[in-house]
Formats: sequence, structure tokens, C-alpha cells
Amino acid sequence: MPKKIINVTVNGRAHEEAVEPRTLLVHFLREQLNLTGAHIGCETSHCGACTVDIDGKSVKSCTHLAVQCDGSEVLTVEGLASLSKEAGVLHAVQEGFYKEHGLQCGFCTPGMLVRSYRLLIDNPNPSEDEIRAGISGNLCRCTGYQNIVKAIQYAANKLQQAQKVTA
Amino acid sequence: MNAPTDPKLLERKDALQGMGDSRLRKEDARFIQGKGNYVDDIKLPGMMHMDIVRSPYAHARIKSIDKSEALKVPGVVAVLTAEDLKPLKLHWMPTLAGDVAAVLADGKVHFQMQEVAVVIATDRYAAADGVEAVQVEYEELPVVLDPYEALKPDAPVLREDLAGKTSGAHGPREHHNHIFTWTAGDKAAADAAFASAPVTVSQHMFYPRVHPCPLETCGCVASFDPVRGELTTFMTSQAPHVVRTVVSLLSGIPESKVRIVSPDIGGGFGNKVGVYPGYVCAIVASIVLGKPVKWIEDRVENISSTAFARDYHMDGELAATPDGKILGLRVDVVADHGAFDACADPTKFPAGLFHICSGSYDIPAAHCSVKGVYTNKAPGGVAYRCSFRVTEAVYLIERMVDVLAQKLGMDKAEIRAKNFIRKEQFPYTSAFGFEYDSGDYHTALNKVLDAVGYKALRAEQAARRADPNATHLMGIGLVTFTEVVGAGPSKMCDILGVGMFDSCEIRIHPTGSAIARMGTITQGQGHQTTYAQILATELGIPSEVIQVEEGDTSTAPYGLGTYGSRSTPVAGAAIAMAARKIHAKARKIAAHLLEVGENDLDWEIDRFNVKGDPARHKTMKDIAWAAYNNVPAGLEMGLEAVHYYDPPNFTYPFGIYLCVVDIDRATGETKVRRFYALDDCGTRINPMIIEGQIHGGLTEGFAVAMGQQMPFDAQGNLLGNTLMDYFLPTAVETPHWETDHTVTPSPHHPIGAKGVAESPHVGSIPTFTAAVVDAFAHLGVTDMTMPHTSYRVWQQLVKSGVAL
Amino acid sequence: MIPPAFDYHAPRSVNEAIGLLGSLGADAKLLAGGHSLLPMMKLRFAQPAHLIDLNRIAELRGICEDGGDVVIGAMTVENDLIGNALLRAKVPLLAEAPKLIADPQVRNRGTIGGDIAHGDPANDHPALSLAVDATFVLQGPKGTRQVKAEDFYLATYMTALAEDEILVSIRVPAFAAGTGWAYEKLKRKTGDWATAGAAVVMRMAAGKVTHARIALTNVAPTALRATDAENALLGQPLNDATVDAAAQAARAICDPAEDLRGDRDYKTAMAGHMVKRAIRAAAARCA
Repeated sequence: MPKKIINVTVNGRAHEEAVEPRTLLVHFLREQLNLTGAHIGCETSHCGACTVDIDGKSVKSCTHLAVQCDGSEVLTVEGLASLSKEAGVLHAVQEGFYKEHGLQCGFCTPGMLVRSYRLLIDNPNPSEDEIRAGISGNLCRCTGYQNIVKAIQYAANKLQQAQKVTA
Repeated sequence: MNAPTDPKLLERKDALQGMGDSRLRKEDARFIQGKGNYVDDIKLPGMMHMDIVRSPYAHARIKSIDKSEALKVPGVVAVLTAEDLKPLKLHWMPTLAGDVAAVLADGKVHFQMQEVAVVIATDRYAAADGVEAVQVEYEELPVVLDPYEALKPDAPVLREDLAGKTSGAHGPREHHNHIFTWTAGDKAAADAAFASAPVTVSQHMFYPRVHPCPLETCGCVASFDPVRGELTTFMTSQAPHVVRTVVSLLSGIPESKVRIVSPDIGGGFGNKVGVYPGYVCAIVASIVLGKPVKWIEDRVENISSTAFARDYHMDGELAATPDGKILGLRVDVVADHGAFDACADPTKFPAGLFHICSGSYDIPAAHCSVKGVYTNKAPGGVAYRCSFRVTEAVYLIERMVDVLAQKLGMDKAEIRAKNFIRKEQFPYTSAFGFEYDSGDYHTALNKVLDAVGYKALRAEQAARRADPNATHLMGIGLVTFTEVVGAGPSKMCDILGVGMFDSCEIRIHPTGSAIARMGTITQGQGHQTTYAQILATELGIPSEVIQVEEGDTSTAPYGLGTYGSRSTPVAGAAIAMAARKIHAKARKIAAHLLEVGENDLDWEIDRFNVKGDPARHKTMKDIAWAAYNNVPAGLEMGLEAVHYYDPPNFTYPFGIYLCVVDIDRATGETKVRRFYALDDCGTRINPMIIEGQIHGGLTEGFAVAMGQQMPFDAQGNLLGNTLMDYFLPTAVETPHWETDHTVTPSPHHPIGAKGVAESPHVGSIPTFTAAVVDAFAHLGVTDMTMPHTSYRVWQQLVKSGVAL
Repeated sequence: MIPPAFDYHAPRSVNEAIGLLGSLGADAKLLAGGHSLLPMMKLRFAQPAHLIDLNRIAELRGICEDGGDVVIGAMTVENDLIGNALLRAKVPLLAEAPKLIADPQVRNRGTIGGDIAHGDPANDHPALSLAVDATFVLQGPKGTRQVKAEDFYLATYMTALAEDEILVSIRVPAFAAGTGWAYEKLKRKTGDWATAGAAVVMRMAAGKVTHARIALTNVAPTALRATDAENALLGQPLNDATVDAAAQAARAICDPAEDLRGDRDYKTAMAGHMVKRAIRAAAARCA
């Protein structure tokens, strides 16, 4: 099957690449663009380790074809820090996961971070139940989620403080 | 160790961020930026991809394998079968349990999803296409799935390769599907206790097969350099040195030319200890093709073919006095090992450390026997945070104590307190010969009962039971477990003949920072942080500047790896001992620099002070510099040490867990209202990391008890081998965990630490079962087999006549 | 994990999509949200030679009003149903129930049309569409036609949608004032399909039920409308006896497949309980 050319912006950088129609977005990111942050933990769209942000929505990149991203903007975990106005500063969700011990083996972490990032944009002051429901598409085997909830609450507070300062 | 009260000293101690400090983790930076280095992240020039053709049948002869169509698929470069491995004698491989396992099926397949052929291609998509195109013709054979059926005289022969072998690695074989019978304890004494006991109870219980399912599946990148004759393999391995030795023996390549690297690993939980056919085939393919070969299994493959856990059919009996004092314990187990005995156990223990099954109790007479059996299922059995069958042992004894309590109408906390080994009895030798190092069970139990308001909970339960209109049953589960970890003393514990010591080497640099390497390998447990913390306290150097490395066999000293909570008890001890060697040398250098005798110095947090004149001192940093230019005569330069630690004993962490459940009488849905987990792991290196691990272990235990299963249909098809059915709870289902602790140091461990975090899995699973059964106890129920899904609980509601 | 190779088409209009369906025939499958089809292709249970991606067809998205109906574009994703103000106001069941479908990421791609057209008895929208008396607008080479939800589900994976047709929109009459509604879904965990689900839309007047539609998810080869259960309520007050009667009538029509969620007895019993819960929850919302 002939390859298709796609134009996709990933973490702010434009790419023009050839892909097979069947190339999964997660493989495109990991193999062709060498962005190995998004991980693969299953093949039935359950685990969420592959979660990225496409045109402002959290999407499981293992259940998305690269060709479907033609013309889209994609954010992966590697792009989170670059959202900060200051260089070398982590995003609030990254800081939260570090400060609240929201990771152990780190395999679910990129998906959790990119999901949390969008969750807090959509709902800046979530309750604990809303956080748990909000990350119900991301599985973790190490943490039992309790510190992940605290990490997201930390980030929510930090982002709201920043809002107050700039407001 | 007690915190200093002088604020200046406290400041110096805090600056070290050493033992006891909930310091943040050093390894996090790369993970939160997506810069982890997992096996599937590794790309080498010219790398090929391997995928595996697997059997759809549980038991069948292979009539033919046709590679021709697969070889025509663009990108496919090779297809290998057992025939191709035969000349290398690699079509079968030794297992960790003294059996052999097929690498690629040799004439017949023994379990569904067994490896039959491998396809190597230029990219993973072509490899997958190649797998589809390999044509295998099978002739189905009758399937054996029940270990009791397997032992019947007319049962089909599963292991034709063992025909005529009337003994195996663990003694005589009674039957063609029998593997071993292993016993421990004193049968005569136990039988005598039962013969004269006023009260006896017995219970059959099944601990079903489950799978550790770490989020990252297994895989490797094998790279043979034909120019240098050197083999490097990046592998998801919890025991890279053992793998190196095995690979060297299997391949004939000297160990000095084999390098195994465990990079970042996305969870192990015992799933990543053994050597899988995928690794062997990738290595062979790399040697044959002279190019790197990557193999990454997918989730269905992981659940269906890699090391499962449990599958123990247990018959327990307790003998007791009418007021609940236990006089004897007898246990008989039929262990379903699957098609090959690939249990990752120390050689002498084919049933692992199951004989810890006398638990936290002072039981004078005990005996257990475990019969291992072959069936048409995937091989394994020892995995999933089990501490070598301690999960099964703790489940058995805790359920039996509840059965006894229910028989006698005794409170489940009271009966435990009555039978606990008392604090004064430690070190305590159990009827099975384990020498428990330390414990204080009564204090811990009382702490938990107070914290949860146990009496009020029982009163609430009584009121609920008396109310015919109550919509929910209420259950209270209490488990008071002792586990045995830290394998182990080499005279008892070896893996394929290599003693289960562990090791540490440390080198301090001139400017006062350090690097240390150990023979273990973290898979999320935080070794880069906790090991640095041990060293910080021992050496007086901030943990922030101590680099910890593990997992590369070319640089790390030999160790037996990380599983069974052995890292802190064994490698942690090696770390302390190596540090103390450096400390001793540092004292000599300090004495030389300060021109005093060694005995004229006091060590204080990060420095040696001259006794009585602390203004004269040398910090470890000062000493580090001097070690490279100004050492006393007769002493070598440098500041480093190695220690190989052979532990004198196992360690015995313990815990008290209590769970309250409410069961919906209409649907069988079981809600965990409260879960209180008190753990005693001795000295606590990083409370934050311990707590995180407890949360994780409790969550995995919750998954096992409440939803995980591996059901087989009559044809041996494994049902539910995707994450649609295999229950991994999300943040919504996962209960809120309350953690607590006591500290009872291990007297034989250099820093008093016992190891932690298999405990929440070992302890929580019987706690959930205890709670669910307790909800039905007033209706005469003594046992309910896991998983306690709403469907299965509803079936019990119906059976007990209380379904709404 | 890796789907087999296929040709990919991304039409920009419904007519273009219909044209492709016609020319490619049975070798082609429509790609909506992809979260049913792509996993099946990754496991190689489905191997279409062509995928026709509907995601670039703007006219298939969006929610608007037409007369007394709310019209939902078939490619509207679940999260857009949840957040939609018009739907919340006029057919709140369809704005609330999707929260019980899958997980947040899947809901950004999974579509109401895909959920309906797949013919999977485990999906939630079929029963919801029966409860709200939806009509489906289908378009093919011969033009447009409308099929009521209750005539649409024929058998497992078989619907009234012809092979050369596309589901373009779902028309739902706006709820009359005072309508109560609920969807109760028993599941093993968040994101799972229903062990049993019940959708109820009802109205009451002077203490008696004047309107009731009850539909069941995943307890038969298709979603079921439980007419006998509805009749057990119509003209009756709501009390234990009438609610029990409705549940019993609902149980009587269940024909669930046995799987790891439960056997026939369990699923049937649970259907009864979900009906009771949904009736009570819907009644609480009746003005």
C-alpha cells in the first residue's frame, strides 16, 4: 500500500513525513520522530500509557492512525516543559508528580502527565472524584493512584496561584 | 537512630538527606520528561524486529510448519523453528526449577500461545505480517487442565520428553504428570497433635492463577558483534547477572564477552525474572544474522505465556483446644505448574518458602506437603510479589485461623492475639525451622484495632446482621501476617547453583561525591534514591551527590537481582558493609591528617572530631580529597570498597491489615469502606517511598482478590487474556488506603532493615477474602474462592438465601 | 498489535463517502471513532482492504434543533454530547449517560453514530436511542431515508443500515416538560461494557405514570425495548409492587450471552435491578 505524506506539528515543530496508512500514531511518534515518551502497554486501548494531546484533546495514540493527524497539532510529554514561558522550567503537572511521589517505575507517567495537563485545562479545580474519573483512562500498577491524585491537586493549586498572579 | 536535638547537628544531618528522610526521588527527572530508557526505546543501527508464531491449541502435535509464504513477505529475512535451534542444542533450555522448557515447540505444543516459530524482519510491521503467513498444521490432543485429573492413572501424557524419567530435580516422580512432592515439618508430631486434639477444623481452599501484568511487557534487544565476538542484550530482567551466566552456559560465549543490561524497567513484580523463549530466540537470531534483533511482546502474549502466579489447591487443618489455642497445623497442596516447571525458586525449594505457613503463631507441631503437577497451561507459578509462595502460605494460615475462630465462635482478633508468638520469644524457631528474627505482633495489633475502632465496627456489624431490611452485608477482614523475605543465606538459597548473596561497590571521588553499584535492579522501587540514602548516613556524604547504578553486568558487581523484597535485606546490607570498610579507612586518613590516634576520634554525622576538641575535625569531603594525595604510610590511595554480603538469615517483616466491606445484596457489588494497613519492615529508609510501595501493593492485592482471573475453557483456551477482561483497576475503583507502621529492627541486619513491599500484596489478598467471607460468616460460610467479583459474590448471596 | 495493510481514504463530504462505499464495496469499512474497529484490526480479527475515514466530514458533526427535534450529527463524539448545552436542556439523558461510556480519552474519539451503527449489543447508545424514541437518518446512493430506532437493530452486528449507506444523523424529540430520565449501568469497572444496563424515560401526572419507555443494554443479541415492563407502569402509581412488576417483565425478555461478566441468571437478575434503579432515579427527576 502506497505511503501517504502527512504534515503534523509535534511539540511546536512542523514535520513532513511519509507513513503507511496503517502506521499507528504511537509508532510514528516513537519510531519516526524518536519521541519515545509515549509508551505501549496493551493493544486494546485500555491502558492509556500512549496518551498524547491532539488539537486540544487527550487521545490514545495507539488507537489513532498517523494519517489521521495530517494538519493537526500534537503535544507529547516531551513538549510539556516547553509550554512554560521560562526555559528549563517544568510544567506544573511534572513538578506535582515529582513533589508528591506520583511515579515509581515511570512507565504510565508520560500518559498520566499529558492527560493531567488537559484535565486541568478543562477543569482547573477538580474534586478528588473528578480527578479519579479524569484519569480513569490511564492505568498504573505501581502507585495505587493515591499519590497521583495528590500530584494533580498540587498542580491544580500551582496553576491557580499562577493565574492569580497574572490576573 | 534518634534525631539529634542540637539544631546545628540537625541541620547537618538533614543536609545529608540520609536514612529516615522522605526525600524526593533522584530518578524522577528523566521519567517526568519522557526521557526514560526502557527496552523498547532502544534503537541500534541495523536493528531487526522479531515476532513470534504461537500455538492456538493447548495440546497438539505439530504436523508441519511451512515458512515459504512468510519468507515472501517484504521485509522478512528469516523464520526459525525448533529444527533450526536443534543443531545449537537450544530448542530446549533449562529452567530455574531444574526442569527443561521448550524454546520453540519441538514436535508438540503444551499450552495455548506456546512459542512455535519466530519471524525476523526489517521492521515490526513486516514481522507481524510474517507471523500471519507462517502456516502450521496441528493435530489436536486431549487437554489436561485440572491437576487432580492430571494425576489420574489414565490421564494423557503431557511431557513425552520426560518419558521413563522416574525422578526429577526434586526427587521421585510418582506419575507421568507428577513433578515433585516436597514436605517440611514433622509429620509424626503433627499427626500426634491432631490425634489427641479436642477441636480440629479443615478447609479446602483454592488460590487461583493470576498474572502480574506489569504495565511494560517483556522484551529485549539482542546485539551480537561478530567482529568482537561479544554479545550485548538489553533486557527486561530483574536478575541480569543470573541471565548473563545462563546465556553464557547456553551459548558457549564466555561470560566475559556477554553483557546483559537491564535499563529502566516498567514494573517487574516477578514477571521479569525468568528467561523466556523470546529472549533466547532473539539472541540466536542476532548471532546468526550478525545484526541487533529486538523482540517486544504484546499484552496478550504477556498474559498468556509469561510467568503466572499461584494456582495452589490447598487443604488446611488446624488442631486446637476448645478455647482456641492452636496445637497443630497440617497442609496438603496440589500445585498446578503448567506445562514446564519454570518456577523462579531457590533450587532447594520447589515450593518456595511455603513453609512459612505457620505464620505469626506459636504452633508447636506442623507439617506441610506440596505436590507439583503438569497441566496444559503456561509455565511459571512464582511471581507477582509473592516472596516465593509466601502469598499462598499467608493466605492458607490466615484463612484457617478464621475458620477456627468461626467454629469456636471466637472473635477473629482475640484468637490471633491468643496464638501470637510473643515478643519475648524472638528469635523464634518455627515448627518448620524458620528462625524469625524479631517481631512485636501484639503492639501492632492493638495499634490497628484502636485506630479503626474495632469494637464499634463489630457492634455495627451485629446490628446490621440483626436488621432484616439491611440492603448490605458488612464484613470485617483482619490479617496478621509474617512474611519471610531477603533470600537468602547461600547454604540454603541458590539460583542455578549461584548463592543468593548480593553486592555493592563504592568509589568516592576526590571532590567528595561518589558512585556506587549493586547487584540488584530497581523496577520502580526507588533504589537510586534509597541506596544513596543508606550511603549518605553511613558515609556522611549528601545522598544528592551519590550516583547509584544497577543493571549493567559489565560494571555492576555480581548479584542475584531484585524480587521477593530481597534488595534492602541483602544488597542494603552489602551497601552498609562496604560503606563501613570505607569508613574504617577514612578514620585512618582522618587520624593521619589530624595527627592523632584512630581512637582519639569521634564520628559525628559527616565528620571525625578530635575527642574533646570538635573544632579540630575532618569531614568525609576533606578525607576524600586527602585519599588521593595524602594518606598515611602503608595505606593505598583511593577511597573505595566492595562487599559481597551472604545474609545469615532471612528477614521477617510483618503486618496487621484490616478491611471493612459492604456488600450490596442486590448486585453482589462489594465496596471497600476502609482499609488500614500497618507494616513493620524494621528500619525505614524513606517513609515516602515505603508508603508509595504499600499503596501499589495494596492495589495489586485488591485487583487479585476482587477481579483477576485466568479462566480456561474445556479446550484449554485462555479466556480473558486482554485488558478488557483481565482486571486492572482504574483510579475510580481503587480504594483509599490508610497506612501505618511500627518499627521492629532486624537484629542481624547491619541497618536493622527487613525489606518491604511484597508485604502489601502478601497481606492484603487474604484480608479482602477475610472481609468478604466475614460478611457471610453468620450464615455459616467459611470459604469463598477469589476473585470476589460482583457476579461470584451474588452467587454466594443466592446460595445463602439473602440475595435481594 | 499491528493491523494488516489497507488503503486509506478521507472523503470531505457525505456524497464522496457514499461514492467510495459504492465503488469499494465489501472490501471497505467506515472508520468513525475507531475505538471498536482499530482494536479489532490490531488483533487481526478484522482485515478490511480499505478504510473510509469519516472524521473529515464536517457536516456529520454538530448538534442543532429542527422543529421539535434535536438533531445530532452521527460523528459527534461522546465528550461533545456531554458538554452540549442544547442537549442538556432538551434531551438531558443523552448528555449525561455518555459519562458511563468508556473513558475520557476514548470519549474524545468515540462517536454516537459509530456506537449505534456497529450493531454491538454491548454498546450503550442503542438502548438510549430506544428510550428517547430516536429516528436515524441514513443516506445512500439512492438518497436519504429515516428509520426509527426500534426498527433498526436486527441482530448482533446486524442493523437496518445497508452496506452502501451511512448513518448521518440522529433525530430525537425534545423531552416534554417534566420528563424524568435515567441510565443505570452495572459494570465490572470504569470503561467496561455493561453487565446489564437499563435506560428509562418517563412522565407522571396526578401520581400516575403517563409515559414510560424502558430499554435494556447487553442482555440480548440486540438492545431491547421492554414494552411489557413499560405497560406494567403505564397508568399506575409508582410503588414497590409496580416497580417490581416492571422489573419482572424486563427480566422475562432477557436473553444474555454468558461471559466473564456473568451467566444468564446473573445478567438477567441484574437487568431487573438496573430497571428498578433507573425507574426510581427517573421518577425522582419527574417534575
